Parts: sequence; structure tokens; C-alpha cells
Amino acid sequence: MAQKAIREYDAKTILAKHWNKYFPDFTYAYETVMVQNGAELKSAALEKAWLANKPLVAKPDMLFGKRGKNGLVLFRDAKPGDVSLEKAASWIDEKSSSKQNVYFSFHGDTPDGEAKTDFLTHFIVEPFTPHEQAEEYYISATCVGDDDVLYMSAEGGMEVEENWDKVTEVTFAITDTEEEIEAKIRANIPKDVADKDKEGFAKFAIGFFKAYRELNFAYLEINPFVMQGSRIELLDMVAKLDDTAGFMMVEQWGDIEYPTSFGMEEKSPEVMAIEEADSKSGASLKLTVLKPEARIWTMVAGGGASVVYADTIADLAGIEDLANYGEYSGGPTTGETQFYAETLLDLMTRTKDPKGRNKVLIIGGAIANFTDVAKTFTGIILAFEKYAEKMKDVGVKIYVRRGGPNYEKGLKDIKEAADRLGLWIDVYGPETHVTDIVRMAVEG
Amino acid sequence: MAQLFTKDTQAIFWNNNTSAIQRMLDYDFVIGRKTPSVAAIVAPTGDSKFQKFFWGGDEIMVPLFKNTAEARKAFPKADVLLNFGSFRTAYDVTMEALHIGGFKTIMITAEGIPERLARGMNAKARNLGVTVIGPATVGAIAPGAFKIANIGGTIENIINSKLHRAGSCGLVTRSGGLFNELSNIIAINADGIAEGVAIGGDRFVGSVFIDNLLRMQDNPEVKYMLLLGEVGGTEEYKVIEAIKDGRITKPIIAWCIGTIAKYYSSGVQFGHAGASANAERETADAKNKAMAEAGMFVPSSFNDLPNKIAEVYGKLKAEGVIGEITEPVINAIPSVRKSKNFICTISDDRGDEATYAGFPISSVATPDTGKGIGDVISLLWFKKQYPKWATQFIETVIKTVADHGPAVSGAHNAKVTARAGKSVVESLVTGLLTIGPRFGGAIDGAAEHFKYADDNNLSPAEFLNHMKKLGIPIPGIGHRIKSLRNPDLRVVGLKKYAAEHFPSTPLLDYALTVEQLTTSKKDNLILNVDGTIGILMVDMWRALGYSEEEINEFISSGTLNAFFIAGRTIGFIGHVLDEKRLAMPMYRHPMDDILYQVDMAEEIQ
Repeated sequence: MAQKAIREYDAKTILAKHWNKYFPDFTYAYETVMVQNGAELKSAALEKAWLANKPLVAKPDMLFGKRGKNGLVLFRDAKPGDVSLEKAASWIDEKSSSKQNVYFSFHGDTPDGEAKTDFLTHFIVEPFTPHEQAEEYYISATCVGDDDVLYMSAEGGMEVEENWDKVTEVTFAITDTEEEIEAKIRANIPKDVADKDKEGFAKFAIGFFKAYRELNFAYLEINPFVMQGSRIELLDMVAKLDDTAGFMMVEQWGDIEYPTSFGMEEKSPEVMAIEEADSKSGASLKLTVLKPEARIWTMVAGGGASVVYADTIADLAGIEDLANYGEYSGGPTTGETQFYAETLLDLMTRTKDPKGRNKVLIIGGAIANFTDVAKTFTGIILAFEKYAEKMKDVGVKIYVRRGGPNYEKGLKDIKEAADRLGLWIDVYGPETHVTDIVRMAVEG
Repeated sequence: MAQLFTKDTQAIFWNNNTSAIQRMLDYDFVIGRKTPSVAAIVAPTGDSKFQKFFWGGDEIMVPLFKNTAEARKAFPKADVLLNFGSFRTAYDVTMEALHIGGFKTIMITAEGIPERLARGMNAKARNLGVTVIGPATVGAIAPGAFKIANIGGTIENIINSKLHRAGSCGLVTRSGGLFNELSNIIAINADGIAEGVAIGGDRFVGSVFIDNLLRMQDNPEVKYMLLLGEVGGTEEYKVIEAIKDGRITKPIIAWCIGTIAKYYSSGVQFGHAGASANAERETADAKNKAMAEAGMFVPSSFNDLPNKIAEVYGKLKAEGVIGEITEPVINAIPSVRKSKNFICTISDDRGDEATYAGFPISSVATPDTGKGIGDVISLLWFKKQYPKWATQFIETVIKTVADHGPAVSGAHNAKVTARAGKSVVESLVTGLLTIGPRFGGAIDGAAEHFKYADDNNLSPAEFLNHMKKLGIPIPGIGHRIKSLRNPDLRVVGLKKYAAEHFPSTPLLDYALTVEQLTTSKKDNLILNVDGTIGILMVDMWRALGYSEEEINEFISSGTLNAFFIAGRTIGFIGHVLDEKRLAMPMYRHPMDDILYQVDMAEEIQ
């Protein structure tokens, strides 16, 4: 939910689509393609002549920055600005053929922290734009606290963070009118911006901030953009969208993909299945697998409760024992709960605990407001019936704690079902503190 | 206002969410509220005018409106809006309510309102001094006074968690799911809560922790507060500031959930959309530490929270800050409730004596009561006590339309049926069945069309043109023989009565300007008795303070026809009894009065 990162290519595509509305005084060639391999790039060149005619720049488009410092921007073959289509295609194939190390932070040019390793799968290719360092500018906007903040600097490029003291920050209340916004921006153009560019910079910044607001970006950065008279080049962009605005922005955004970040584990089929079910349901079903071989699994109702269970497991058992995080809430149907429970039971019964201990299933939850506990537990019981043998094989102890509408029946039903199926179970109601079953599970 | 809600607080509920509303009304009944906490429901797509709900074992009706403005106008004291619109509509509903004004609190349940819209909405409400609870919340409760929708869960849980009467803790949480849990913990370890708010899980919510805690600081019923925060954001630091600068002096027990988030670098969203730590000081650990340093009571873990509550409560009780609570009597809701199939809002025969709109029949029946049939009509038809000038006008109308001789279609029908040997009721209804658009309908039609012309400021000439376009003669204009020079004395009488007794007669005045124009074309195109009655009825209702919409509804539901039916029934019965008395034989229409033209039917192949 909420703020989601999008690819640089998509960010440029959105701006290009609305260019004349926000930047009527400027032109942007929108010469950019996104490809997954060299062959795709070559076939794109059949339609886009500039790919074959102009020197190119290629870089991965996978949400991470510092691509230059990671050596992942191709802009020279023998000398800067001589990258041919052929060279770009072979470079893309080379870089995508094996896993690459990527560092997310640097001290100067020295990597800081650990690298993440993964395949590079998406590349953005654009023409090489010869320009002076002085033509490079920085601009970004985001929301800080309750306000929007616009950051502007005459020092664009890779070193903007080192030169953060040269960045001008302008804060806008959500209630500011267009006139107020315009006046504030005009009054705060960084003094280092060349005099000949000041008016153009102001116009561009006003259009940029308006686009950021009206197109529901949560974060928008161009670093750098190049201003050559009325000609603008967007050399590098980072953007996040407020995906809750998606229903209003179908036209404006077009077809948008929210990729997982580089180095993140690919979503497992189980997690994707839960996401799919979640998107089709009025209820909420969420699952993150943290450590599939770990011993304690949680099936917790409610967003807040799921956090306190995770907190308590980390406190009392340690983080290495926590296999998953997730929650179901908002009155899921019996079928949805059954599917959710089966997914968890399937994951947790794949391997035995390496140390030979029992596994633990925490079926937890606070006192529900309106979710019918007996109804959701019916779904869990159906899942038990399907997985009882496997659960006994790996040795699962089940701890239940729940309150809310119809909880007495729910607790009674689940206890009876477990007893009938020969599963180890302990059940508790609202008289027991919500997370106390974690203590019992850890001590037991 | 130190208290968010009182026992008199009433809400307008946007969206006819019957189960949530029923939970509110059950709560009202249990705690012994006099008025239902939901005064009205806005149901934009519904066609009904009210929705039935249980009130204990009985049922009550809560009125439905098409939009917030109408509901607000009808219930100016209902100053809470419970906005149950979806994430697509909740923003518009809130903005409209802020524009209409008069709401002190707006609660928004939808999760995932676009952030920029939510920010604008929250800022606007804040500027107007309106408290917004949510978005993405289960609501708030003032135990023993007012409960929003589903908060607190079932009645059994409410009573177990002592949410049916005020305790001494002020509870503020982000999570709605944990709200009940905390109420329960507080009930077990202390004496329950005085006021509780789940501020909502979205990143941008209207009222935040500090807003609610400052109000609770001023609320004498609140003796200490419990704040349940969450990883992410810096709202807890505003509370720390308020403690440091002395704006908050009452003890606060506090805990931030999400201590686990520190173990995972990124990518795992723990809890709500608002819960994501962007900096070290936004982590749960940092906030818990800072809150403890500021003097709040911070447990060692969530599991330890109950002990901390017992400790603070015990201390305040020992110091005498918190006294004993006398447990109130609660009303039990019957376990089996049956929904009623019929509703009656005009009369009641359950007591010693049957009543007309609350008045025992004997209090309106005999002459010494000073009441006439006009009063009875005003009670049973309109559920109001009309003033004398109006009830006497109604009686004048009834008397005026009682009969118009044997030749009119209804009287003729009644007479023919009576002569066929049928009973009074059978004969009467055959007469009544002719009443409609052509017979007696001019009263309705005149009221409708003249009112339309007047409402739209049509000049008499424009009105005539308008009717010409519709292709119908103007109802209420024209008489067979009467003219301006030879006026209909019934009309003269009605006009005279109105001139003497009505506060004003704007529609009649307008109709007379129309009459001037029509009679200039043809002498007998006068305002006739049907027209005069219909028009004066509209003037009567206007003078009685009915809105134009209400009057339009009277017209469209056939109320004017009803006066004609009531009056003419007297005449029809007269004709039927006349036939019985005369013992006239079966009627057969003379054949020489019928034009026979019967062709041989063609065969269709």
C-alpha cells in the first residue's frame, strides 16, 4: 500500500505523456527505451532510428541508484559518447548473463556496507547527450511530515549528496494555492543557477512541482536534468507513486508496474497466490515469508495484532525462530481463510526442524470488532483436515488465542477438530493476554 | 470541548450499513440512551425513506436521505458524520460535509484514500476546527454515552470490557484491531476507559495522538491516558513535547509496537501504511526510549503492558485520584427479536384509549373539545395540529366538494350500481373509482401546474405557452356556464375565506393574474372551484411552513385528490341511499341513446 517505486523508464514516460501541460515552454525528445536483453534492443532499433544513429547510454533500470559508482552505466567504448547499438546490446547481454554485485551506499567512491547480488533484468537505453557540467541541475520533491518539500540545486549529478548544503529547500503546505506555490518557487531559485537560466529554471521548477502534485507522485527526482535553452534532457530519474491514487490515475499513469527491489528475494508462488487472493477480496490477506526453515509460524488476525505477535516472538524466542509475518483481517470468508491457512500449513510442513524440536503454529488475534471468529476458524479447521498428517509428521504444536463475535464457538470447534485429528492444541480466549501464548509456546 | 461525545450526541451515518448501525442502536439501548445515536442515514442510491432497526425488543425507524445536506437540514443537532463511503467516495463525502458545515466530528472508515486528497481534507477540517477521526479507522467511543459503529465489537464483549460505562483511562491507538484488546486489558487491570479513539492506520490521518491526548487532558473524566503507537512517523514526539512544556500533566502509559522492524532492513511492511520507519528516531525502540525518558510509563514489552496498567491505576487509586465506580444498571437486549411487517405512525390502539397522532379520540370527538373534522384530518393525514384557520379551510373544502348533482360520472355510477341491488359499499366504490385525472383530478392538476409556473417565475403568458406545449388545457381553468360576470359563488366563498383568514395567498394571487389573461381570450375561462381548492391548499401548506419539496410530495402522492374523495364520499352515499329509499328498479340504458355502428369483422389470414 501507499508509496511504491517505479522504474525510471516509467517515470519518464509519465512526464513525457503530460509534457505539454506542465512544461509548455520546453521540449523533451523522450528518446528512451526499456529492454531486457540485447536482441530486444536491436529489434527496438527497427522502429526507433535514433538507436542506430546516435551514440547511446545504457544502464540498469531496477530501482537502485548509484549506478555510475557501481560501474553500471555504459557511456563509453573507446571514449565517452561512442557507444554504438551493437556495443550497447552486447553490454546488456553481458551484464544480464551473470549475477551482479550492487552497493547501495558509498563513501566517496568507496562502497559502504554490503553488496546485494542479483541478476540485472531491465535496462534503459537513451542517446548520449553532450553537455556542459554547468547545464546540469538537480530537482526533486517529496512529502515531509504534513508538507511537500521541493529541493533545487544548481549542482546536479552524482555528487549532489556531497553538495547537499547547496540545495535550496522550499516547503509547501497542502493548502497552498498555485499562485503561492509559484511565488515561493520564484523567490527561492538557487543563486548558483546561471543568470541566463534563472527564468527557465523557475518555469521548469513550477511545472515540475505541479506535475508532482497533480500526478500523485509520492517522490519525484531528476538528477540531473540538462537545460539547453528550451531543450530539456532528463538524464536520470527516480520516482515513487502513491498507489492509493491509482483508481483516479488510470489514464494519467498508463500501465504501471511496481517491481520488487534489486536483491530482494523473488516472491514465492505462495506469496504471490496470497497477494492475488488479497487483491480480489474485500478482506485483507497478507503474507511475508521471512525464514521458511524457522520454527515459529504465525497466523494472526489483524494488522496491529500481527505486529505485537512478531514483536513478542522476537523478544521471547529470538528473530531466528520467526518464519513468517502476515495477517488476515476485515472479515475474510471461510474459503479465503482456508486458502490462507493451507498456504501456511503447506509451507511450514515442508521440512522438520533441524534441531529436532516441535514446530509452533500461533493462531493469534485480538478481540475482533466484527469478524465472525467461528466462521474464520471453520476455514482453518478445513485446512487442518487436509494437512493433519503432514503436521503430525513434522510435529506441530498449535496455540490459539482469539476473542470477538462468536469466539466461544470458534474456540470450541477448533479444539474439537484438533483433538479429533490427533493434533496438539491449546486454546485461549480474551481472558488470556493477547501475546501470552507466545510465552507459553516458547516455554513449553 | 473537552468531551468528544456525550449522551446527547447524535450522528448522521453516511451509507446504510445496517449491521454497524444496529450495533450502535443496541449499544444505545443497553446503556439507556434516550435518543438513538444515529439520527439519520444518507443512502444516495436507496429509494426508501427510512430504515427499521431494533431498539431493544422494539423497532424504530431511522430516516433515510439522498444526500448529506438534506439530512443535516432535517437534523441540525446531529453534529457527527460517520462517513462509511468507500476509498473512492469518502473524500468527496467529507469535503461536502465540511462545505455544508455544522459538523464537529467526522469519522472516516475507508482505508487507502489517495494521500494527497487525505492531506487536503485533513488540513481543511483542521482549519475549520472539525475533528477528523481516521481515515482507516474503526472509530471512537465515549463509554456510556456514544459509540461509533463497530468499535468495541459485540455487546457481550462491550460489557466484558466495561465499555458500557465510563472508566478513568483515555485510550488512543493507531490500530483499530488492538483497540478492543486494550479496552479489555484496561478493564481487567483497571476500571475501564473514559474515552477511546483509534486514530486510523493510513499514513495521513486527521486527528493525531497529540490532538486526542490534549483533549483528554482537559476532560475531567480522564485521569490517565494510554497511548499505543507504532513504528514509523514522529507523532509520539509531539506528545513528548507537550509533556515537557506542561500542556499534558496527566500520567500517560505508552508503548510503540513494531520493535521487530529493526531486524529487517527493508521491504517488510509491518502493520499499517503509516508504519514504516524512515529514520532511527522513527523506530519503535527509539520512541519507547524517548517516551520513557519524558516520564511516560513505558513497559518492557507489549506482553508486560497489563502489569504497567495495573501499577499506574493502583497508584492513582491509592492517591485518591481515581474513585470507586458504581456499576450502572444495564438494559438487556432480548435474545430473540422479530422484525415487524407493518408500520403505523398515525394512530395507536394499544393503550386505554385509541389515539389519533397522540390525542385520545375523546379529546377531539365531542363539540366541547372545540375540534372539528378538519382537526381530525390534520392529525390523521398530516400528524400535525393545524391552526384553526387551516382546519376550517379543510372543512370548507370538504363541504364544498361534497356533491355536484346526480349527472356527474361518479354519482351516476353509484346510482346505477345501487339500482342493480348492490350494497352501500359496493355502490359507493363504483362511484369513487371514477375519481381520477378526468373527474376531480383538476384539483391535483391545478396545484401541480400553477405551482410549477410560480416556482419557475413564469409570466401568465409564458405559463399559457408552457401548457400549450404540453398539449393539455390548464387544469382548474374554465367553467361550463360561469364567467367573470356570472361568478361561481363557491369560488367566491373560498376566495373570501382565504382573504380573511390566510396569512398570505401568493399562489392564488398568481393564479388570478393568469385568470385575467385567460378570461380576456374567452369569458368562461375563469379559475374554477377545483383550481381554487388546489391552489389554496398549496397556499395553506406554504403558510404552515412546509418546504416546497414537501408540498410537491403532497401533490405527487395524491393528497389533494384525497380531499375530493373524502368530500364526495358524502354525496355518493347520499345518492346511494336515495336510490335505496326510492327502490328504483334495475337500470337499463335506452337503446335509442346509443349510436350503433357495428361492421362485419374482417378475417385475418
